[in-house]
Amino acid sequence: MRIGVYVCHCGSNIAGTVDVHAVAEHAATLPGVTISREYKYMCSDPGQELIKQDIHDHALDRIVVASCSPHLHEKTFRGAVAAGGLNPFFFQMVNIREHVSWVHPDMRAGTLKANDLVRAAVRRVHYHRPLEARRVPVKDAVLVVGGGISGIHAALLLADAGKHVYLVEREPTIGGHMAMFDKTFPTLDCAACILTPKMTAVGFHKNITLWSLSEVTEVAGYVGNYHVKVTRKPRYILEDACIGCMECIEACVFKTGKFDDEFNLGLSKRKPVYIPFPQAVPQLVVIDPDTCIEFKTGKCKKTCVEVCADRAAIDFKQEPKHEEIDVGAIIMSTGFKAFDPKRVPYYGYGVYPNVYSALEVERLLNSSGPTAGEVVLKDGRTPKAVGIIHCIGSRDENTNKYCSRVCCMYSLKMAHLIKERTGAEVYNFYIDIRTPGKGFEEFYNRVAEEGTHFIRGKVADVYPDGDGRLLLQAEDTLLGKVRRIPVDMVVLAVGMEPREDAEEVRRRFNMTCGKEGWFTERHPKLAPVATFTEGIWIAGACQGPKDIPDSVAQAGAAAGEALSLINAGFVELEPNTAFIVEEECSGCKTCIAMCPYHAIAVNLEKGKAEINEVLCKGCGTCVSVCPSGSARQNFFEDEEIYAEIGGVLAYV
Amino acid sequence: MSETTTTTGATTERFEPKIVAFFCNWCTYLAADLAGVSRIKYSPNIRTIRLMCSGRVDPQFVLDAFAKGADGVLIGGCHPGDCHYESGNYKTLRRFHLLRATLRALGIEDERFRLEWLSASEADPLKVAVNDMVERLRALGPLNVQVPEEAFAEVGEEVAVP
Repeated sequence: MRIGVYVCHCGSNIAGTVDVHAVAEHAATLPGVTISREYKYMCSDPGQELIKQDIHDHALDRIVVASCSPHLHEKTFRGAVAAGGLNPFFFQMVNIREHVSWVHPDMRAGTLKANDLVRAAVRRVHYHRPLEARRVPVKDAVLVVGGGISGIHAALLLADAGKHVYLVEREPTIGGHMAMFDKTFPTLDCAACILTPKMTAVGFHKNITLWSLSEVTEVAGYVGNYHVKVTRKPRYILEDACIGCMECIEACVFKTGKFDDEFNLGLSKRKPVYIPFPQAVPQLVVIDPDTCIEFKTGKCKKTCVEVCADRAAIDFKQEPKHEEIDVGAIIMSTGFKAFDPKRVPYYGYGVYPNVYSALEVERLLNSSGPTAGEVVLKDGRTPKAVGIIHCIGSRDENTNKYCSRVCCMYSLKMAHLIKERTGAEVYNFYIDIRTPGKGFEEFYNRVAEEGTHFIRGKVADVYPDGDGRLLLQAEDTLLGKVRRIPVDMVVLAVGMEPREDAEEVRRRFNMTCGKEGWFTERHPKLAPVATFTEGIWIAGACQGPKDIPDSVAQAGAAAGEALSLINAGFVELEPNTAFIVEEECSGCKTCIAMCPYHAIAVNLEKGKAEINEVLCKGCGTCVSVCPSGSARQNFFEDEEIYAEIGGVLAYV
Repeated sequence: MSETTTTTGATTERFEPKIVAFFCNWCTYLAADLAGVSRIKYSPNIRTIRLMCSGRVDPQFVLDAFAKGADGVLIGGCHPGDCHYESGNYKTLRRFHLLRATLRALGIEDERFRLEWLSASEADPLKVAVNDMVERLRALGPLNVQVPEEAFAEVGEEVAVP
């Protein structure tokens, strides 16, 4: 055996706390090691070149690299090993950065650990067998989950590229949060003007199947070959028959809206048959069975059905539909939830009628909103003074520690719009103004010049002054004194939170969440839209708080990566599947019950177990129960593990 | 760091337990990666062996580790319901309890064999688990059951060095 060992400095990331020279020297003493080197950056071109050259010059047949996590660079080094003319699996990676230098500041202890891990890898690599990555074809369609701006953008890009897209949206319409906004910062272009053309394009695109009121219930399969079940909840309207004339809404036995309009956050009322907002896509009405008299009593006059007449688009008996689709890639764009300001009761939300959440004010500002764009108080008066409180549910030990990134900017936008429409004095109470974006700081200056007041301090209390106004009490930390500002209206700049069922959803898609509940990207810098599950990408605010441009950028990135996978036509899978050594198998069937994928069956003729390589995902659970040792796992063979155990313990 | 002063004033070497850790590729190994990225410091006594799933941990791996001188063995897997391979961790759980009973019968204390569910985001709980295990093993002292190399050879077991 002729093994080459390479110990990476990673600049000072490893060399700062691990004596890399000592590790390389130790490796040189190990049986089978022909050459042992240390190098500043093994992943760099010269680093990889070093491996290739040494394979050639020293006739190496096994390579060990001690550097970072295999999740980061295993593929890189396998590539270098292959380029050097060896089978890429004649390679073992040792993680001495994430698992050693970054977590163990004691150089002596860290170096000893690095030695042990390198020794284990050197012993293990002796047993490596040549393997070949499995190639499987990729399905030509993509599932996009969530029809906000991210999902819409990703779906359109993929559909324009000729791929079939299934866009699954939970609500009756696509559009997401962006559809609720009036104008967008910092350019103040109207959200509807830039969003609705894209929504319409989704609705009409021949390559997009749009399923609103639908949810993904099951995801099976693997990269390139996902089998997905979608449940389409009843709309009680036949999609093919409804032409979106909305006469049924007019004809409903309720003469006026009586129930909280979800899209307007309860600021207006709707009927049991309604359309969420005028530009909704699909342009179809929906019946809410919880409020419709026909559903509750069965005795409604059904004036809606009468007026629909021979179009006969209303169907009270509609049942949920179950669809099954096969897709090669999945893009998750499930968005966020606005922070519920009731969780910070001292701001009086839900107690004082004129304390609003920012999302409600977005609806007030929106010209198709409940007040047709007028900013008015609950009693119809126009406010003369408005207080905007920043960081509600953000940067707070008691709620969320993170910054929600958008609130400063939308607060500035609201200050501008409220001032423009009402002439009111606007007071912004902030901790820090954060404007790190193109044109953001300029917008801040503009709003400040317009005469909006900025008070640096956290509002401690909101209470009535007895004259029908609300007093905002805060310590102005720049003046160093407590101020009490009377206002008519309070806007709470709520932050962003993961969706309530993010945990459930991530399980269904086999993804991971961080501790706050946002979906985790594969790498914060180099794989910001990939997940740890191959073939599933994330875009938009489901990954973390972000604004519209960033969401769209991520959606584009995710669509591009999905396209790259699909256009390749095949995907290479890790060859770490299990197999049966037939001569040693007694046909005891112990392994069969272990396999979650039904990949193992008994060949009745031979009386031996057989593993279907296509179904096997390579967990190795069957291998660990086989009494005869005839079930084995590529790349995780017993000998390889025993060699590692002996290696880390410096046994013998 | 590895030296402490006893009450008598003499300097003695502090016992540093050796722990072999089997971490699954998708949850606990990533938790350890995250600990690194987050620069969370913890006890350097563990030596991690990466497996695709905690379900791959053959009970014999554990016995082998003890026989080769480990003072403790830690298995890390995905939380119940979160297994990347659907149910590998449930099999690990059952196996773990059976094996722990067997080890107990052999005089190997429960503290020496530990199973932790650690998701990819749980870098801090990983630190807590490792540090806690090290402290407990320190209190217990070395296991001292290391089997001489010849013993392996006698029963036909392959010796680790090829």
